[in-house]
Amino acid sequence: MAAPYDYEDGPQHPAGSAAAYDPNYVPDSVKSFVSHLYRYIRDKNVYEIHQMYETSFQTLSDRHFKDTPWPSVDAVAPYVDNDHVFCLLYREMWFRHLYARLSPTLRQRIDSWDNYCSLFQVVLHGVVNMQLPNQWLWDMVDEFVYQFQSFCQYRAKMKTKTEQEIALLRQFDQAWNVYGVLNFLQALVEKSTIIQILEQDKEGLEQFTATDGYDYNGGSNVLKVLGYFSMVGLLRVHCLLGDYHTGLKCLLPIDISQPGVYTCVIGSHITTIYHYGFANLMLRRYVEAIREFNKMLLYIYKTKQYHQKSAQYEQILKKNEQMYALLAISLSLCPQLSLVEETVNSQLREKYGEKMLRMQRYDDESDALYDELFSYACPKFITPSAPSYEEPLVNYNQEAYRLQLKLFLHEVKQQQLLSGVRTFLKVYSTISLGKLATYMEVDEPTLRTILMTFKHKTHAVGSDRKVISNADIDFYIDDDMIQVVESKTAKRYGDYFLRQIVKLEGVMTDLDRVKLE
Amino acid sequence: MGREQPQQEQEGGQASMAYAVEQLVAVNPYNPDILPDLEDYVNQQFEPDRMSTQIVARILVKALMAMPAPDFSLCLFLISERVQMEEQFKTLIVLSHYLETARFRQFWDEAAKNRHILDVVPGFEQAIQAYAVHVLSLTYQKIPRSILAEAINIEGLSLEKFLEHQVANCGWILEKGQGNGQLIVLPRSEFNHPELKKSSADNVPLEHITRIFPILG
Repeated sequence: MAAPYDYEDGPQHPAGSAAAYDPNYVPDSVKSFVSHLYRYIRDKNVYEIHQMYETSFQTLSDRHFKDTPWPSVDAVAPYVDNDHVFCLLYREMWFRHLYARLSPTLRQRIDSWDNYCSLFQVVLHGVVNMQLPNQWLWDMVDEFVYQFQSFCQYRAKMKTKTEQEIALLRQFDQAWNVYGVLNFLQALVEKSTIIQILEQDKEGLEQFTATDGYDYNGGSNVLKVLGYFSMVGLLRVHCLLGDYHTGLKCLLPIDISQPGVYTCVIGSHITTIYHYGFANLMLRRYVEAIREFNKMLLYIYKTKQYHQKSAQYEQILKKNEQMYALLAISLSLCPQLSLVEETVNSQLREKYGEKMLRMQRYDDESDALYDELFSYACPKFITPSAPSYEEPLVNYNQEAYRLQLKLFLHEVKQQQLLSGVRTFLKVYSTISLGKLATYMEVDEPTLRTILMTFKHKTHAVGSDRKVISNADIDFYIDDDMIQVVESKTAKRYGDYFLRQIVKLEGVMTDLDRVKLE
Repeated sequence: MGREQPQQEQEGGQASMAYAVEQLVAVNPYNPDILPDLEDYVNQQFEPDRMSTQIVARILVKALMAMPAPDFSLCLFLISERVQMEEQFKTLIVLSHYLETARFRQFWDEAAKNRHILDVVPGFEQAIQAYAVHVLSLTYQKIPRSILAEAINIEGLSLEKFLEHQVANCGWILEKGQGNGQLIVLPRSEFNHPELKKSSADNVPLEHITRIFPILG
């Protein structure tokens, strides 16, 4: 079911190939669209901006620009007073549409980078006085990171590059440079002072979360909210680079145990939790990964019907499937089903039940399954460095992915003996090392190492160096006896009784209302 | 237009990156001596041409010393496969594998053969011994002396001294075992005495109780 790790982004039509495309032709509907959007932005009418951005832009794209780009910015500028900032926003959408429906040329990729530079400079220098919908601001950060990833993948396919393309790559070596990308995101975080704002928000001195990031006092939300979403952007970029620790660190200011501005936009919510869970999985903090995947999958299950018409619906479904695969991996390495809610569990059984059984067996076939699920569900890792243009040109677009996969499978290998010992520890409360060694067909020193590996692998070390237990079975060794302490599945009696009390009260109130004739 | 980046932001960004990687290899989280290494490391991560094998090797040794923290595997995620094929990195990867799977005997044998890589960082042995003690303490309530000796690779008089120190400072207790053996009682924690685990299961948060306030009233 899982498709192999794919590197192709979107459809492969070369941009502008449709003979009919005239960049200077502006249909009336587009004239009306840009002039209205421009006016609503000037009036700070967030509701109308959102409608035009979410609905009208899609409708017009479907009707007029299915396989051609939108009219050039120069052609629409006269309808919006040649407004500099509006033109930057328009081009941002122009490129986003191009990336989604066509295939950008190298020149266009570089131009899009330039446009982001100009747009973010304007925002960073504080001359922006607009109020834009969160959805739009999230899309900007999301697309910025996506185009960076896409550029790295594109550049890494060296074999098919023409001389002209290589000359361009050399000339514009700053375009989509990894430092540039990280610095913009970091600058947005710092300039917006979003970290301080969130701290004050917690103490009730700010209303950032309560107002969903909007400014109701005539100010602008753009820098603040871009700074906020940039933290999620940084998490994603660092995951793409394989730097999971730094990624999680960037997200720290956002409290993901609570709803927040990141949950206002479904795309941001999913991106945050997907990368957060993935980073935790790679850091062996399985319980944390399972908890967050579970919550997110449940949320998607309950709300996906509301997104059916959204442009992101397919993306939502894809990430949903990927998170089920990651959940299957996490639970195979750390079998703690009690952390998973019933609905999610039954979905998981349906999709991966049979595979998960086979993954417990730790043989060649199970290796292949870990490989398959990981490859299907992992982020699109990138190599950020520029290629060597001298040597025979080689493709290196799969290098980063292969490395992460290899290291992950190595981790799985180190844990392969744990599944066997688990089976025995589940059925014994006391057993001598000698006896268990015989059952497992290993010698005693080896069994000791297996038991210690079990302890090491199920106890992660947090960023504060505190030991966090992910263990599904508690045991200890006393000289040469293993004692298993049954971890009673914690029945939540308290919660159960509270629910029943409320229910009973309800029934009694209902009964009181019944009038006997 | 706009291809240059804002100067002060660029500096801010890089300073914070170096800081982040400092954390990543946090053997001495706030020891400024390792900063130059780490700054190099950040650059090398993105620019393989500038990579110095020597420095990377030293960082990996430090990362091994940070066990049980996952620093070593975090570093490997960032070092290209081609580089990992170099002889001394292969050795370090094998050493890490032994530590990850608690095969201390093999680890110390292999380490003895590779002193030239490991001795560049002072305190290497002590750090690994501390990791071994950590894993043993998660696993054992009482451990035979010989098993402990093997895991930390100390014997004879040095072992006497080590045990004396642990008894005086870390709450270890020596006990007579079966036969001639000696048993060491390791300090109690929720990991080797699972009954100490706080059962958070039946704590009912106040918000839940508030649901029945109207009924109680």
